[in-house]
Amino acid sequence: MDFAFSDEQRLIGRSARKLLERRGDLQPTREVLESGAPYHEALWKDALGAGWPLTALPEELDGEGYGLLELAVLAEELGRVVAPIPFSSTVYLAQSALLLAGEPETAAGERIGTAALWEPEGRGPRVPARAQVADGRLTGVKRPVPDGMVADYAVVLAGEQLYFAELDGVERRPLEALDPTRPQAELSFDGAPCRPLGVTVDALLERAAVLFAFEQLGGAQRCLEMAVAYTKERHQFGRPIGSFQAVKHRLADMFVAIELARSNCYYGVWAVAGGAPDAAAAACGAHIAATEAYAFAAQENIHLHGGMGFTWDADPHLFLKRARSIELLLGSPPEWREQLMVHLEAA
Amino acid sequence: MNFEDGPREAALRREAREWLEHNAPPREDTAPAGLVYEVARREDLEPARAWQRRKAEARWAGITWPERYGGRGGTVIDQVIFQQEEARFAVPPDPFLVGVGLCGPTLMAHGTDEQRDRFLGPILTGEEVWCQLFSEPGAGSDLAGLRTRAERDGDDWIITGRKVWSSGAHYADWGILPARTDPTVPKHAGLTYFLVDMHAEGVTARPILQMSGDATFNEVFLDGVRVPDAHRVGDVGAGWTVTRTTLMHERMTMAGGVFEPLRFADLLALARRTGRLGDPVLRQRLADIAVRLEGLRFTGYRTLTEIARAGKPGPSGSIGKLTLANVVQEACCLALELLGPEGAAGDEGAYWRKAFTEAPYLRIAGGTDEIQRNIIAERVLGLPPEPRVDLDVPFEELAA
Repeated sequence: MDFAFSDEQRLIGRSARKLLERRGDLQPTREVLESGAPYHEALWKDALGAGWPLTALPEELDGEGYGLLELAVLAEELGRVVAPIPFSSTVYLAQSALLLAGEPETAAGERIGTAALWEPEGRGPRVPARAQVADGRLTGVKRPVPDGMVADYAVVLAGEQLYFAELDGVERRPLEALDPTRPQAELSFDGAPCRPLGVTVDALLERAAVLFAFEQLGGAQRCLEMAVAYTKERHQFGRPIGSFQAVKHRLADMFVAIELARSNCYYGVWAVAGGAPDAAAAACGAHIAATEAYAFAAQENIHLHGGMGFTWDADPHLFLKRARSIELLLGSPPEWREQLMVHLEAA
Repeated sequence: MNFEDGPREAALRREAREWLEHNAPPREDTAPAGLVYEVARREDLEPARAWQRRKAEARWAGITWPERYGGRGGTVIDQVIFQQEEARFAVPPDPFLVGVGLCGPTLMAHGTDEQRDRFLGPILTGEEVWCQLFSEPGAGSDLAGLRTRAERDGDDWIITGRKVWSSGAHYADWGILPARTDPTVPKHAGLTYFLVDMHAEGVTARPILQMSGDATFNEVFLDGVRVPDAHRVGDVGAGWTVTRTTLMHERMTMAGGVFEPLRFADLLALARRTGRLGDPVLRQRLADIAVRLEGLRFTGYRTLTEIARAGKPGPSGSIGKLTLANVVQEACCLALELLGPEGAAGDEGAYWRKAFTEAPYLRIAGGTDEIQRNIIAERVLGLPPEPRVDLDVPFEELAA
């Protein structure tokens, strides 16, 4: 039994953190927020240079030959800085579908990928899509599509099947987004060529949810660290506000939620990576716990910063917006709890 | 990362399972189990003692105890493996946790050779049952504010005071007791730790009837009880250090419950039987409990890994007891709601009613929820403590 990441995996995390700190920690996110750029080009170049997006690809495709666990370590670090790059769309979503389809070569190189699983009227990925494919041609409107303005290719849900499509010539429209540091677009397919991947939405969501869960975990942990640092420093009534039990108990609750979620995530990534019999339930557990921990930590981090926490210039809102944005895309905890019950009843 | 047994662990699990199959009856798996535990009556003691003796002979009783004290010299992971296997069998509830989990390790850390030779053996075999004489009517969360006095009289100490919430004191043979030996110094500095013979003259244990209708713990009156100096643990005035060792082991023992605090399958079976499994709101609550139970279980495994790697539990170790107590209480409430009117009365709901009326205790005993949060916030997150008015003041000058 060994319920921790290996030394090698932790080294991957440490060097990623160093690189992200050298790039200015939260600075790239702030720059994207202020400039309205679709992503932070210099940081994405760094990520490509460090080989992060190719972590799970085989070595003959210039990948690192690692797996889901190493990606999870990276996801946690990217979550800590609310990274403004198309990593999650490319790796957790598009690349996951391609690896599940046994097509790692399609995911090779430096291209940006995404998944177009959502449709107008709030139709999520677990509902059959209205988009249709006839004679290898895809028609329909997908939104919101994360990084849809810049993606080179997409994994698209049409009917109940996942298809691969290049995005050249597809009509794109940027959307106003809760989290402007992870922009979203509407894609209108009008007879675009596509091919089926033979991968189920559930399999894709299972893998993507576990990776997103680590990103959520990293963000939540960072919120806790920010709140602890601030409440130690901020004095009222002649003492640090972190010495009041009303405040420190809130921080203790954040810690507990995050550590429980961390445990669900560790098991989730291990179970999905190794194809354990309860992998589907484990992925649900990781997703639910991490989503709730991040939402809670991000919200309380703002609150514990007082009026400052509510301002544009302070950092806490970056985390709250990212937290809720991820949650809304993947489906909220109630949906996943229902999914979990289905798995538990069948077990 | 690996959530499966390694070769050595798998071998131990096999050995444990084989031994259990030869020595214990299998558990009937249809009835819910795990939440109603304490031994309330003296007559429950004999079957428990027989089982403990059997385990001790095969060195399954003190798995983490060193071999020279009759243990197995194993790791905490080994102990959890045995507990997991033992849970599959119909074994009597365990009234020896205080002795094996708390008193033994405290004596190993702070006791004299004579004390270890005299007491550790009978603790392990269950021949002598131990209880904790810590809390007092005026000293709960603020344990160091205790008022029970111990005064020197030649080679003995004379102990006078009142203790409360002592589980099993009405059938225990020995008790561990911190007492005030010097009221002229600040409260933490004036304590000394003793081993008290529960059969000695002047000791009276009076069971307290609890809201569950059971009487598992007691008020204990100490009226001029004579304790030889040889039964003092640690130096005079060092009682708080020894007490903290006991409390740490208490938290670890209670947190050991995280591996199967309650079986989710029991809740699921209840929902199915009561025809409520289709209710979307109840399904949400069931799923919520399932996720937290899993989080708790894997947090327990992470803690074990930290102990195996670093020799002591890391930050994750402090969350087990807090979470466990709250999940169990919620699960009991949910179970009664699933039962509906049957939860209020009737044979069907008896088990869950009992569990429901015992659940509040978990959030209070061994450090309340609020104390656990203080521990997490101050020791793990490094937040400053509340200002304290009593720390540097001689105990006798504190207002009562």
